[in-house]
Amino acid sequence: MRPEVRDRLARMHPDERALLRPLVETTRTFYIFAAILGVVVLWGLFAYYQQMRYGLGRTGMNRPAYWGIYIISFVFFIGISHAGTLISAILRVCKAEWRRSITRSAELITVLVIGFGAIQPVFDLGRPDRLLNIFFHAHLTSPLLWDVLSIGLYFMSCTIYLYVPLLPDLALIRDSGIKAPWLYRILAGGYQDTPKQRAVLERVIGALSVAVIPIAISVHTIIGWIFAMTLRPMWHSTIFGPYFVMGAIYSGIAAILVAMVVLRRVYRLEQYFKDIHFDYLGQMLLLFSLLWLYFTFAEYLTAFYGAEPAVMRTFWAKVSGPFAVPFWAMVAGCFVIPFGLMARKATRTPGGTLVAGIAVVIGMWLERYNIVVPTSVNPRWELESIGHYLPSWVELSILAASFAGFILLYMVATKFVPIVSIWEIKEGREHSAQEVSRRVSEYLPDTPVLTTVGDSK
Amino acid sequence: MVIDLDRCTGCAACEVACKSENNLATVSPEQAEMGRAMSWMKVISEVEGEFPNSTLQFFPRPCMHCDNPPCVKVCPVSATYLGEDGIVGQIYARCIGCRYCANACPYTVKYFNWYGPEWSESELQHLNPDVSVRPKGVIEKCTFCHHRLQKAKEDARAEGRELREEDFQPACAEICPTRAIIFGDLDDPTHRVATLKDDPRSMRLMEELGTEPKVYYLRSRA
Repeated sequence: MRPEVRDRLARMHPDERALLRPLVETTRTFYIFAAILGVVVLWGLFAYYQQMRYGLGRTGMNRPAYWGIYIISFVFFIGISHAGTLISAILRVCKAEWRRSITRSAELITVLVIGFGAIQPVFDLGRPDRLLNIFFHAHLTSPLLWDVLSIGLYFMSCTIYLYVPLLPDLALIRDSGIKAPWLYRILAGGYQDTPKQRAVLERVIGALSVAVIPIAISVHTIIGWIFAMTLRPMWHSTIFGPYFVMGAIYSGIAAILVAMVVLRRVYRLEQYFKDIHFDYLGQMLLLFSLLWLYFTFAEYLTAFYGAEPAVMRTFWAKVSGPFAVPFWAMVAGCFVIPFGLMARKATRTPGGTLVAGIAVVIGMWLERYNIVVPTSVNPRWELESIGHYLPSWVELSILAASFAGFILLYMVATKFVPIVSIWEIKEGREHSAQEVSRRVSEYLPDTPVLTTVGDSK
Repeated sequence: MVIDLDRCTGCAACEVACKSENNLATVSPEQAEMGRAMSWMKVISEVEGEFPNSTLQFFPRPCMHCDNPPCVKVCPVSATYLGEDGIVGQIYARCIGCRYCANACPYTVKYFNWYGPEWSESELQHLNPDVSVRPKGVIEKCTFCHHRLQKAKEDARAEGRELREEDFQPACAEICPTRAIIFGDLDDPTHRVATLKDDPRSMRLMEELGTEPKVYYLRSRA
C-alpha cells in the first residue's frame, strides 16, 4: 500500500477504513489462489477447445443420456444465483435490519454466477455457432426459449439491482481517491450523495427489490418447466416449478453462508458478519432443509403411489438402483447434515454453517444430477435398452473450470467493490436505530389504556 | 405406416436398407458400445415368457411421425416440424443441437451426431445423392424417406396424374422380405394402410400419451 493511500485511509471513518482496506491491500495468498484458479480455468478452456474441435463425442453423453453435466451445472449455477436477489430483496422488502452487512456479498454472487450458469447450455450445444438461431427462428412454444428470455431479463435486472445500491460506495471511493480514480469516475457517474439523490436512490432500490422477486421466481420455475413440459417419467410433474425455486433459494442461502465464512476470515470482517448473522441465516437454512424434505417427499410419494410402470423404473433406479449412492448422498447433504447442524443453536455458528452450507451446495448439485440422469437413461418405452452415463474428462474439466472461474471472478470483484455496503451500514448506525423504535411504537396501541382496579363495577 | 408384427422375422433388412438409403454415418464399435450407434429404423427384440416357454417378439421402430409430436413443441428454433404431408421433418441446417427434442420424444427415435459423420471406403462410393449428409452436432431421425415422396410427387405431376400408393414407398417398406411393413396414406381409403389401421389386431405405441403416432402395429396377441 502506498503511503498516501494509507494516510487517506487512516483519516476515514472506521467503517470505511475496514471495508475499503481489501480494495487497496492484496496479500500473497490472494495471488496464489488466483493463479491456481486461473490455471483451472485455462484447463477448462482447453477441454472446451477439444470439444469444439472434435464434437460433443468428447463428452460421456449418448443416446438416451442426451443431457449430462452441462445441464446439471446449468440448473445448479442458476440456482446459486438466487442467493443474492431473493435473499437481499426479500430482506429489504421485509425491512429486516440485519440484512445491511450481507446484501452486497449476496447480490455479487447473483450477478457473477448467472453468466457461468447461462453459458452451460452453450457448452451443451452441438452447434454453438448457430446460437443466434434462437432469435432468428424463435419458436415460442419451446420452454428453452422462455428460459433464454427470462434469464436475460433476470441478468439485466440483477445487474441493475447490484449496481444501483453500489453507487454511494463507488462515489465514496471516487472522492477518496484511494484507487483508480478514472475507473470510479466512470462507475460512479455524477452521484454526489445529496439528500435528493439519496432519496431517489432509495426509491429505486425499493422498486427494484419488489420487481426482482417475481423475475427470480420465474427464472427457476421455467428451468423446472424445461423438464416438466416433457412426457418423461419423473420429469413430467407439476411440482417441478415450485420445487426448483425452493431448491434454488436453498442452495443460494448455502452459497452465501460459505462465502460469508470465507470473507469474514480473509478480510477480517468479524465485526460485520457477526454470529447473529450466521444464526439468522442458519435458521433460514433450517427452514429450507425442512421445505426441501417436504417437497422431495411429496414428489416421490406421488410417483410411488401412482406406481406407473414407466415412472417406477426411474423411481427404483434412484432409490435402490444404480443411482442409490447419489440419491442418498443427496438426502444426507440436503437434509440430514444441514438439519442436524442448524436445528441446534450451538452449531449455528460460522463453523457449523460452513459445514452445513458446503453439504447443501454438494447436495443440491447431486439433486440436479438425480433429476437429469436417471430419467434420461430410463426411456419410457420398456423395450428400449436402459442407458448409462459416465461424464468424460472434458465435462469434468469444464465443471471444475466453471467453479474456479466463478470463485476467481468473485475474488477479483472484492478488490473493486466493498463486499459490505458501506453506506447501508452507516445509514443503519445513523438512522435505523431510531426508525426501528419508531416503527415498533407504531405497531402498538397509540395510548396505553389505563384501567384502575375497582372501576369495572 | 403399418407394421405387421406377426409377419416380422426380425431379419433387420429394414435397418440396413434405411442406413444405406439415408446415408447414416457408420459408428465405431467402441462408440456404439457407448450408445452412439445410429439407426433410424431399429428392430427391437423382446423375450416374452420364461424359458423354455419363451418366444421372441420383434418391434421394428421407425419415427412414429406423431400428429401431436412432443418433439416439435419443444424445439427452440423450429428445426423439427410437422409438415403438411404429416411427416415430422428435421432442418439440419438450422438445428442448434440442444437435444431437447431427443429428450421430449417418448419413443427415443432421435439420433445425435456426437462426431462428424464417417463412412468406410466402400460405403463412400454408394452415398445416396438425394439425401443430405448431416454435419456434427445436429439431430437426425427417420423421415419416412421424404426425398422419395418429393421425387414421386414430381414424377406424378410430370405425368399429369395423382400420386399412387406404389409411387412412394420408404426404403424399409420396399425391402421387407415378408412385407411386414406396409406404407401408404392413412387418409386415402384406397390405400391398404387405411383399412389395416382399423384391423382388430391394430395398436399404436403409447397411445395413451395422446401423441397420435402414424405408425400402427398389427399384433395378434395383446
